[in-house]
Amino acid sequence: MRRVYELIVEWMLKFSGYITSFVIILIILFLFFEAGGLFKNKEIEEGYVIAVNKSNPINVLNAEQIKNIFDEEYLNWNQLGGRDEKIVVFRLESIDKYFTKEELGENYEHVDKCIDKVVAEKKGIIAFVPSQFITDKFHGKLLDDKNINFDEVFLGKEWFPTATPSAQFGFIPLITGTLWVSFFAILFSLPFGLSVAVYMSEVASHRVRNFLKPIIELLNGIPSVVFGFFGLVVIVPLIQELFNLPVGESGLAGSIVLAIMALPTIITISEDSLRNCPRSMREASLALGATKWQTIYKVVIPFSMSGITSAVVLGIGRAIGETMAVLMVTGNAAVIPSSLLEPLRTIPATIAAELGEAPAGGAHYQALFMLGVVLFVITFVINTTVEFVTSRMSFNRKLKN
Amino acid sequence: MNNKISFPSNYGKRKRRSQNLAFYIFSAFSYFIVLILFIILGFIIYKGIGVISFNFIFGSPENGMTEGGIWPAIVGTFYLMIGSAIFSFPIGIMSGIYMNEYASNGTVVKIIRVMTNNLSGIPSIVFGLFGMALFVKYLDFGDSILAGSLTLGLLSLPLIIRTTEEALKAIPDSFREGSRALGASRLQTIWHVILPMGLPNIMTGLILALGRVSGETAPILFTCAAYFLPHLPGSIFDQCMALPYHLYVLATSGTDMEKQLPMAYGTALVLIVIILIINIIANLLRKYFSNKAKMN
Repeated sequence: MRRVYELIVEWMLKFSGYITSFVIILIILFLFFEAGGLFKNKEIEEGYVIAVNKSNPINVLNAEQIKNIFDEEYLNWNQLGGRDEKIVVFRLESIDKYFTKEELGENYEHVDKCIDKVVAEKKGIIAFVPSQFITDKFHGKLLDDKNINFDEVFLGKEWFPTATPSAQFGFIPLITGTLWVSFFAILFSLPFGLSVAVYMSEVASHRVRNFLKPIIELLNGIPSVVFGFFGLVVIVPLIQELFNLPVGESGLAGSIVLAIMALPTIITISEDSLRNCPRSMREASLALGATKWQTIYKVVIPFSMSGITSAVVLGIGRAIGETMAVLMVTGNAAVIPSSLLEPLRTIPATIAAELGEAPAGGAHYQALFMLGVVLFVITFVINTTVEFVTSRMSFNRKLKN
Repeated sequence: MNNKISFPSNYGKRKRRSQNLAFYIFSAFSYFIVLILFIILGFIIYKGIGVISFNFIFGSPENGMTEGGIWPAIVGTFYLMIGSAIFSFPIGIMSGIYMNEYASNGTVVKIIRVMTNNLSGIPSIVFGLFGMALFVKYLDFGDSILAGSLTLGLLSLPLIIRTTEEALKAIPDSFREGSRALGASRLQTIWHVILPMGLPNIMTGLILALGRVSGETAPILFTCAAYFLPHLPGSIFDQCMALPYHLYVLATSGTDMEKQLPMAYGTALVLIVIILIINIIANLLRKYFSNKAKMN
C-alpha cells in the first residue's frame, strides 16, 4: 500500500517537473494555431470585391497600392503602370452621388445594376463594393484577390490594421519601434546598472549592501503599470517642456521608463557574476601592487564579462517584452522611428491596445497573434542563447579548475 | 614610496586618485538609483495620500469612475492572487522538489532548467495571448477570474520553482543521508526533513510571487479584467476588476481626466502599499529565519 502511494506521489512530482516544458510547448502550439490563418486571409476585406473598368489593363494590385489608391495618394493609373487615366474612386457610400433615389429604387433593389453601370461607363474607376452586388452579367473586371503574403507582413512598412478596403499588416514599424526603445533603454541603464553592481559587490560595506539590496528588490517589485503612470504624469510633461514638443509621449519617455525598469535585472545578474570572480585572482592582482580599482577593471570585470553580457542581453529581453509602461508613455504612433523625440509604437503595446477591439478569428486578430509569435521567438532566442553561453562558461571554468 | 622600480614619482598618488574618483562615481550612481525609487514612491504617496479615505477604500466606483472608491478592484486583485496561488504553489513546489531531489539525468534536468528560465523570460503580454487562446477561447471559460488566475499562475511558476530549488539546494546532503540511514523512504525524507527545513526560504519565494501577480496587468487584459464593475464578482466564472488594470484605465481612458487623476493617484498608492507590505513581510521572514538558523 505504502509503495503504491509513494509511486503515485513520485509520478505527480515528475509530472510537475515537466510542467514548464509542457507550458512552453502549449504556448508555441496555441500562438501558432491562432496566428496561422493570417496568410490564408485575402488582402481585400472579406465579403468585398474590387472592380475596375474592363478596358483597364491592370489585373492585380497589392495591398499597399490599394490602400494608397483609396487614400488618394495615387491619382492617375499611369503611376501604377496603367494607362494615362485619372483614378475615380468609388465606394458604396458614394453611390448617391452618381444616381438618384429613383434610379436606385425605393428599397435600393437596383443597386447592383447601378454599380454595374458606373463600372462599365467610367474608364478610370476603381470600385470597392460588397460581393453580393456583383451579378453574373457584371460588365466590369474584378481584380484578383491574392492571399496576404509573407513579405507584405514581415517587410511591410505600414501598419493600418483597420484600413478599408485593404488592411495593412506591415510589422517593420512595430519591430523597429520595439528595438529602438529597448536599445536606448539599455544605453541609459547600462552605465548606472554596472556602476551599482560594481559598487555593491566590490566597494560597499556590508551595511550599505544590506541597505541597497532590498531597495533594488523593491524597484523590481513595482508593477509596470505604476512605472507607466509615473512616466505619464511626470516624465512625459517634463520631456514636453524640455524639448518644446507638441506631445511629450515619445520614444525618449519610453526609453527612460524602460531604463529604470531594466536596472534591477542588470544589477542583480552582473553583481552575481562579479561576485563569482575567485578570491585568488583578486589577491594576486592586489599582491602585484594594483589598487582595488585597477584590480576591478583589469581583472574582475574582464573575468565576469560573460555574466555582464548576459545581464545586458536579459535586460534587453525584459525591455522588449515590457507592455504596460511602454503603452502608456510612447504615444503609440505606428511609424518607423527616426528620432527619439517622436511617438512610436512597440509590439507588446500594439497587442495590448488592439486585441480587445479586433474581432476574434479575423485577419487583424491573427496578425496580433503573429506579433505575439514574433515576440515569443525573439525572447526565446535571447534566453536560450544566454542559457547556452552561461552553461558553456561554467563548464569551461570547471575544466580549468 | 619606494621609487626604485621605474614608476613615475606620482604614480601611487595618481592611481589612488583615479580609484577615489571611480568609487565616488559608483557610489553617486548607486545613491541616484535609491533617489529614483524614493522619488517615484514619494511622488505617489504625496499625491495619493489625500485621496485615501474610508469611502475610497471600501466604496465602489461611481459617476463614471470620477467618484467613489476602489473596493471591487482591491477584492478582485486578492481573488486573482488567491486563485493563482491555489494553482501555482503546489505545482511550483512539487516541480522544484522534483528538480532538486529526484531528477538524476543530467540532460533532462538541463532541458527542464532551460525551459523554466525561458518561461520566466517570456513577456507577460504573450502569457495574456496564450491565456486568451487556451483558457478563454479553447476551454471556454470566458473572461473570468478562473482564466485570469490560471494565466497569472503560469506566469509565476518559474519564480516559485527557482526559489524552491534554491531553498532545497541549500540544505546539506548530510540531512538526507541521515534520514535515509534511519530507514526513511525518499518521500518520508522529503516530507519530514527536507521540506520543513526549506520552508522559510520557499515561503519567501511564494510571497514574492504573490507580489508579482498582484501587479501584473498585461496577462489579465484579455482574460479577466473588467473595465467597470460596481459589484463584487459572484463566482469564478465572473469577470472582476483589478487594481493595476483599474489604474491603467483611470490614467489613460475615460471622460473626465481632471477628476479621474486623483482617483488614479489613490489607486497607485494602494497598489504600492500592497507591494510594499508583501516585500517587507518577505524580508522580515528571511531575516527572522536566518537569525534563527544562526542561533542553532
